[in-house]
Amino acid sequence: MTWIFLLLIVVVVIWVITAYNGLIQLKGDTLNAWKQIDVQLKRRHDLIPNLVNAVRGAMDFERETLEAVIQARNQAIKLQGDAAPTGGVKQLAAAEAQLSAALSRLNVVVEQYPQLKATGNIGQLQEELTSTENRVSFSRQLYNDTATTYNVRQAQFPWNLVAGLAKAEPVELWEITEEGERAVPQVDLSKKPTV
Amino acid sequence: MSDANLFVQQRSNRRRSALLVVVFLLFFAWIGFGGDYAYSLMTADADPGAYRHTFPWFGIAATALAIGMAWYGWRNGPKQVLWAAGAWELVNPAKPEEQTLVNVVEEMAIASGVPRPSVWIVPDPDPNAFATGIDERHAHIAVTEGMLTTVNRDELQGVVAHEIAHIRNHDVKLMTLLAALVGVMALISDGMIRTGRHGRFRGRSSGSGGKKGGLGALVLAIWLVSIILAPLVSRLLALAVSRKREFLADASAAQFTRNPGALAAALRKIEDVAQPTKAIKRGTAHLCIADPLGRRSSVKDGFFADLVGTHPPMATRIARLKAMAYQLERTGTIGEAG
Repeated sequence: MTWIFLLLIVVVVIWVITAYNGLIQLKGDTLNAWKQIDVQLKRRHDLIPNLVNAVRGAMDFERETLEAVIQARNQAIKLQGDAAPTGGVKQLAAAEAQLSAALSRLNVVVEQYPQLKATGNIGQLQEELTSTENRVSFSRQLYNDTATTYNVRQAQFPWNLVAGLAKAEPVELWEITEEGERAVPQVDLSKKPTV
Repeated sequence: MSDANLFVQQRSNRRRSALLVVVFLLFFAWIGFGGDYAYSLMTADADPGAYRHTFPWFGIAATALAIGMAWYGWRNGPKQVLWAAGAWELVNPAKPEEQTLVNVVEEMAIASGVPRPSVWIVPDPDPNAFATGIDERHAHIAVTEGMLTTVNRDELQGVVAHEIAHIRNHDVKLMTLLAALVGVMALISDGMIRTGRHGRFRGRSSGSGGKKGGLGALVLAIWLVSIILAPLVSRLLALAVSRKREFLADASAAQFTRNPGALAAALRKIEDVAQPTKAIKRGTAHLCIADPLGRRSSVKDGFFADLVGTHPPMATRIARLKAMAYQLERTGTIGEAG
């Protein structure tokens, strides 16, 4: 009888250790994926001044498009510092979505200036921008996948019994807000490029 | 592919890699000790004073050699593969398409969560690509110049995602080991057959009579047959191992890019060019995204194609990817592939 009892305790202890470690691993993966987003966002924010400087001279009268980009960037940078998986993701996601919208508006404008694209530098910057946008969205994808696994696991029975022990708490997903989705670039065809 | 599937695949790859090394070592031990045994049986009845083979020199030498080669293959397999293809490492991209390639690799490394592999260019006009490496941290992706000029950015992303999937699924370790060890095995077997033809054993076996001599001849016969068949068997092994992986890597690529249609389009373009990739040798064919030998068997389905192709028929791969694209469009998720 005592043997069975002891065996049961051993089994339970082994399970608790395994489950605890599993949750810690998932937590680490989630934080790592978050850090990846952080790196890519920083890259994006650093790229914008270069882009703006490169096009500023050629499109002086498109000032508001440039202003919108710069403003969205500054807003995003401000929110980035406070955001963590456990809070602030939504606000940051919204700010970044606005920045995305502003950037794609700028891109549409740049496309209207063939001589601007021909200078080479812009073509390079556009490739950089495409890549950066992709990196942001792929790191977001990885983060969301990892975070979902983490959230589901810590809520599931019997893992939820050790969730408190592992200090696991639900993390926010990086959701694309309605606002960002709706902000499709608006092209004003009345403005003619000055060739 | 779900995480559970990924772990199953990774574990199976680890097991197969270990098995491959064990089979390789056993094969060499058999070549060595089997040869010793046959030789000792044949010299057992020799005249007093004549040479008797009593100590298994061949066996010890062959096993030591095999251990050395397995270790060498483990350490230098990726370098060998890249060197054989004439690839050069892309460190400072100069041309726009090279910059795009480096960017795309970085993007896919992010999407899959593996460290960024180093990027290599193979100077060959035929579109092809392969991945090699021993683990995620020391992995390499090589793309031909033809690939860069043939496909667009989205399609290149699909191709690179496919190769990154091979890295993340731990396919590259097994496939690189296979390339290194199978190559060595074929080489040794060729050499042995050539030596045998020059009659090192022929004269002796006719001279020895009696029961032991007969057994010796039998062992010798089995020994010779196993040497002759070894490259063929290991070849078939390599093929069987690599084909299933291609489907899995395609599915993972779809999961990373969320754009299965682009990979399907890339495969279609690669298939349409379908010249042999001259830079890539037969021994590394199973590493590539498309059969570098340009064999048309990859077009047809069927028993022969199943047996000799290093890759599943392109049409089947494209069809599966298109199905995934359709599913993605309708439901917004990619489920289990095939």
